[in-house]
Amino acid sequence: MFEIRFHGRGGQGTVMAAKMLADAVLRSGRGECLAIPEFGVERRGAPVTAYARISDKPIHARTRLYNPDAVVILDPSFADDPAATAGLKRGGEIVLNTEKSAAEFASRWPGLRVHAVPARRIAVKHGLGPATSPMVNTAVCGAVCAAFNLADARSLEAAVRETVPAKVEANVAAAREAYALILEEAGHAPA
Amino acid sequence: MPRLKIDENLPVVHVSDRSTLENLTGSWRTMAPRLRPEKCTGCMLCWKYCPDACIEMIDGRPVIDMDHCKGCGICVAECPPKCLIMVEEGAR
Amino acid sequence: MRKVLMGNHAATLGAVLARAQVVAAYPITPATQVVELIAEMEAKGEFSGRFMRIESEHSAMAALLGAASAGARCFTATSSQGLAYMHELLHWVSGARLPIVMVDVNRALAAPWNLWTDQTDSLSQRDTGWIQLYCATNQEVLDTVLQAYKIAERVQLPAMVVLDGFTLSHVYEPVDVPTQEQADAFLPPWDAPRRLDPAAPAGFGAMEGPKGYMRLRKRLALDMERAEDETERAGAEFGREFGRDYGVIETYRTADADTVLLTSGAVGSTAKQAVDELREAGRKAGVVRVRLFRPFPAKTLRRVLRQGQKVAVVDRNYSQGQQGIFCEELKAAMYGLPERPEIYGYVAGLGGGDITVELLKEIWLETDSGKASALEPAWMEDPR
Repeated sequence: MFEIRFHGRGGQGTVMAAKMLADAVLRSGRGECLAIPEFGVERRGAPVTAYARISDKPIHARTRLYNPDAVVILDPSFADDPAATAGLKRGGEIVLNTEKSAAEFASRWPGLRVHAVPARRIAVKHGLGPATSPMVNTAVCGAVCAAFNLADARSLEAAVRETVPAKVEANVAAAREAYALILEEAGHAPA
Repeated sequence: MPRLKIDENLPVVHVSDRSTLENLTGSWRTMAPRLRPEKCTGCMLCWKYCPDACIEMIDGRPVIDMDHCKGCGICVAECPPKCLIMVEEGAR
Repeated sequence: MRKVLMGNHAATLGAVLARAQVVAAYPITPATQVVELIAEMEAKGEFSGRFMRIESEHSAMAALLGAASAGARCFTATSSQGLAYMHELLHWVSGARLPIVMVDVNRALAAPWNLWTDQTDSLSQRDTGWIQLYCATNQEVLDTVLQAYKIAERVQLPAMVVLDGFTLSHVYEPVDVPTQEQADAFLPPWDAPRRLDPAAPAGFGAMEGPKGYMRLRKRLALDMERAEDETERAGAEFGREFGRDYGVIETYRTADADTVLLTSGAVGSTAKQAVDELREAGRKAGVVRVRLFRPFPAKTLRRVLRQGQKVAVVDRNYSQGQQGIFCEELKAAMYGLPERPEIYGYVAGLGGGDITVELLKEIWLETDSGKASALEPAWMEDPR
């Protein structure tokens, strides 16, 4: 079982990032996946939490998750919030939307591996949403698939196409760009 | 055992003394209504239909309280001369 | 084909594959997406039935009462306050013997206002003469909507398919979506034995005196009782068509279990994880998930649960002044048997509190150790 918690804000597509991930995992045949939104009142700007459980066996637990293996931070403002890493397992990993390099977070999160993805810059470059609040979810989903080797690029692309309501090609390009970037840094063999 | 614990002084209901004026629901918007005053006839249908009662008529024209407007778009749908339009939140 | 779907959309596809002819609904969180997708599919020409937007839940069920009386296969979805508002019509529909299928997405009732899951809404309708089926996965939601039509039409009673608000309704997971041809092979068109038809005028549901009323109620009671076997039959037929079997209950590792968790809905899925962990620690644990609540599957439960076994009933619902509702029903089903299991009641997760693996393990351990009270339900909460 591999468990991920997502932190974003309303309007960034946090829940859809988790749903796309589940879709990509299914398509790539790497196991079962549940995408679980935290059940709050949806509104723009409010903190949003979502979860994903991934396993090669049937998944029975249908609860929130309290001790994730990884956290994914869609909104850089959460990087300073201790709630974002609460309960994260020792040796856990963080995928962070940031313009900085992973090395710059070594002192903030000792013992945790950081995957830095400039999702905001990628989203803006591909024209996804207004520059003040771009839709970073497809880029972030691409980064997550690569960081934890959860899906191949073709499955990721199909999952993005299935999920996004508009700007399909731009979203696919953003997901692929982030995927390639993190794959290179993570050093996995291309799937 | 993780038994539910309740304080014996727990009241039977929670009564809020907070005014809804303090609940700034304007942050919920993804789209916002915008007035083109030159076309407004002052018919007050937007004032009447706003489900949040956040439109006030000042000098015969609607003024929308953007701290509370949730961006539902009902005023725009109801406006006969189409002087209210929806724009993306944050657009200029 | 397997697709990643939210529980609400799995319900929609079940109704569309069942070729529902009339859908009348009023939106309410967390059930809205069920009918939102039907409206969208109608607009795209992917749903050929009639979708009606109605001004209230009470009127939505009244519209279906009319459509079903004319012989149409009908569907709606609601939740919580909306279901409560339908209450009067629920009795009318079952008394008129109309096999309408409705999805209820469990949500706590106000006051105070709450959006999250709790079974008290659907269980408050237990005496309305509707069959009730509780689901544990999104796959089961889709499959159960199809089966519900078959069961309902065979006994001429309406059926409610119940899923946990948010915990299933808004969770995305892979669901095997049958083709229309497969669904058609399982579920033939509904050929109503009576129809409201202007060409052959007739009256339905007119005044009956005590004798006539009592006899029709007994007729209904016999058909409701029959629904236990019909649910098993439809589940087995479904299994032959699709390779996924369903019964009135689901048992998990119960064969040699000393103590079982008995629960329903998505908690019945989480309980499997708790039992797996207890088994790894050498404990003889099992799960009984009650899928059919109305009629209460007393026959099957009497066969499965045995003397000497301890049963911890986990209820995400409460009947004020009494106890958890599944617990109370189970005790009633076992009363009078010369040999019966010990039954202990737990209430947890009202208004959407998380019923975690850890909480379920604690409940199991307390019951197994003999420290649970057989008289009073214990109210539980995961403190996180």
